[in-house]
Amino acid sequence: MLGQIAYALPFLAQGFAVTLWVSLLVVALSLVAGVMMGVGLVYGPAPLRWVVRIFSDTIRGIPILVLIFFVYYGLPAVGIHLESFWAAVLALTLFKTAQVIEYLRGAVGSIPKGQSEASMAIGLTFRQRLAYVIFPQAFRRFLPPWINGVTDAVKGSALVSLLGITDLMHAINQVIGRTYEAMPLYILGAVIYFAVNYALSLASRRLERRFSFIRE
Amino acid sequence: MSTHANPALLDVSEVSKSFGSVEVLRSVSLQVTRGEVVTVIGPSGSGKTTLLRCVNFLESYDSGSIRIDGKEVGFRETGTRQRRSERDLAAMRAETGMVFQSFNLFPHLTAAGNIMLGLRKVRGKSSAEARQIAEHWLGRVGLAHKADSLPAELSGGQQQRVGIARAVAMEPKILLLDEITSALDPELVGEVLEVVRSLAEDGMTMVMVTHEMAFARDASSRIVFMADGGVSAAGPPAEILGAEIDNERLRSFLARFRASHF
Repeated sequence: MLGQIAYALPFLAQGFAVTLWVSLLVVALSLVAGVMMGVGLVYGPAPLRWVVRIFSDTIRGIPILVLIFFVYYGLPAVGIHLESFWAAVLALTLFKTAQVIEYLRGAVGSIPKGQSEASMAIGLTFRQRLAYVIFPQAFRRFLPPWINGVTDAVKGSALVSLLGITDLMHAINQVIGRTYEAMPLYILGAVIYFAVNYALSLASRRLERRFSFIRE
Repeated sequence: MSTHANPALLDVSEVSKSFGSVEVLRSVSLQVTRGEVVTVIGPSGSGKTTLLRCVNFLESYDSGSIRIDGKEVGFRETGTRQRRSERDLAAMRAETGMVFQSFNLFPHLTAAGNIMLGLRKVRGKSSAEARQIAEHWLGRVGLAHKADSLPAELSGGQQQRVGIARAVAMEPKILLLDEITSALDPELVGEVLEVVRSLAEDGMTMVMVTHEMAFARDASSRIVFMADGGVSAAGPPAEILGAEIDNERLRSFLARFRASHF
């Protein structure tokens, strides 16, 4: 059994790199898009708020698998052809963005209105208010659900194997296809996914503790 | 010599405002000259706080004008009633200081940090300079030793004194005080009012909404009584709080007030 794992490792390492790369792209892109759209949802004019609200509700109402197949197999019908890798990244990013919007809305919404007013009263502009007053306080509430979402993104990235992308999951299945030894390899895969996510949780807990001095 | 004998620093002229169908300000006019301390009293719902919030444009107003040093606060001076840009509004708001009933200190910043934020980001001061100014004002409000405390580590009275220091450190032309002692335990009210009194002695122009009648009588140059969204009476404290005042609304307000406070 150890021999099989040693034999599979270099191959799995490549798949693992793809898993990390997909996760990183999805997490980074969805963070930028989600924060921007979330700010639009909280502070924007009514039409913008409706657009973001409809986007978020629609995306969150669709199973992620359907979203992936829709982007890869559906969009070519309207002339958008994406490589499987980018189709998967796009679908996962859309899904994650909708979640980030809600985390941001919740976190920013929990900051009392007086904080905005006090920062207006000393003459801060909108961007300064966000940067120096609202976000530093909202961060503590944003972090725990967001890190949860990051671990979901790492686990969810396994779905890209369904488009034939050789990530960790697909690599494992390919090795099993050659060795017919499912159990040890699935255990190995589970351990790798767990190690990544457990490390993330630990990092999150440390960060939360660093910001716990903020009391309202 | 100036031809305007006594130009108003704050000139509120026929300002009206409605929340939906409720008219909260009805053609309110009020002039405040430099160095004056004007106290606004009146029953709750009379529009006092809304008026104050219009002066630094935390609330917009539907008609009329509010000028500070001759400059319209919330709208561009182009004839058409167009809201100022975000940048302009921020610059205008920096000219007025505001102290809030619920303090509204920034909980993630120390006492000094609360004061330094505006000095650094709005006034463009260096960190060292801002720190020096913050320490000066913390000294003035008797909290020099609390510069590095977080708001949560301070009592209500101390928090409010930091709130005042944060506002005056920006060197505003006018200071707006919105029921700043209403959220305090009675034994903490005095220390906050003492700070306000010393600012008045320095010649700081102030408009203050308060329920502290004794303080209004002693510290203000003028008292404005608001009722139903309008200015019902205005004059020197002795006149407004005196027995001969010929204003039924004011008399019944004061009578009810005395009955509930003594």
